[in-house]
Amino acid sequence: MMKSTTPSLARYMVVLCGLLGLLGLTIGLAYVDLGSFNLSVALLIASAKALLVMLFFMELLEGVQASRIAIGMGVFMLLIFGALAMTDYVGRDSRIYGDAKASAMPDR
Amino acid sequence: MSLFKLEPAASQFEDTEQQRLAAKLGMWLFLATEVMLFGGLFLGYTAYRYKYPQSFASGSEHLDILSGSLNTAVLIFSSFTMALAVTAAKRGQRARLVILLLATGLLGSLFLTIKGREYYEVYREHLAPLASFVPRPPGRELELFFLFYFLLTGLHALHMLIGLGLVMLMASLALCNRISARYYTPVEVVGLYWHFIDLVWIFLFPLLYLIKRYG
Repeated sequence: MMKSTTPSLARYMVVLCGLLGLLGLTIGLAYVDLGSFNLSVALLIASAKALLVMLFFMELLEGVQASRIAIGMGVFMLLIFGALAMTDYVGRDSRIYGDAKASAMPDR
Repeated sequence: MSLFKLEPAASQFEDTEQQRLAAKLGMWLFLATEVMLFGGLFLGYTAYRYKYPQSFASGSEHLDILSGSLNTAVLIFSSFTMALAVTAAKRGQRARLVILLLATGLLGSLFLTIKGREYYEVYREHLAPLASFVPRPPGRELELFFLFYFLLTGLHALHMLIGLGLVMLMASLALCNRISARYYTPVEVVGLYWHFIDLVWIFLFPLLYLIKRYG
């Protein structure tokens, strides 16, 4: 099924403005003290930009389902790997963390 | 070159449309592996930022936010011109396609120029690991931040260079009349790769440049 119409210039311009607007938001919010939320908000905005690029510039929205699954699985697996790996670092004992030791076992 | 032809579709495909969709799926699968490649580096960055928050925040402040912001905008615009180029290819508008591809390449080169200048500035300020780094407060972990800075942006810049080559290749293909409204798959596929490069930078920018700009 060949698509008979191509996306309009207007659609791309709207996405462009959205991306630039989100970029401005990213930079602006960086100068606001949100405590530990700064990182989450920055990543959230970056994800929104990523979605805009993937769905509209990369035409994932009108592509075949297999493409969405392919990239979705890649991202999903990375998130799992990342979360599992971070449980190691976050779970290290803070008492001996300052000594940069990974284990609570005494030397010798 | 038999690589860039339309008919007949290779024997495993039912028709040329299926061949085109298979090419796009193939690129998406490759991009999934690229997500893993950059993901590994991002994970390393995450682990050490978690461990040394002050050093990473301090390192981030040393980076030029103007250059970073400008580069992000440049790449967003280049994705825009790339998307328009693919549309032009689909419509068989050869001149428009070539111009948009060249514009994309120009913006990509601008990105690399700004990046190169940034690298030089970091080197001059004695912050380049293994080269000019001089330890200073808040600690030696600052070198770790800049190691990740150069690894992440360096790998990204390498992808940019490859992307630039591909975009120029597409432009020359278009000039030689190898791209038409009936066969524009190479441009589409290169477009996907180019957008991915933009995606990586979209995540790199806040993680490297905007760690703690307030206060």
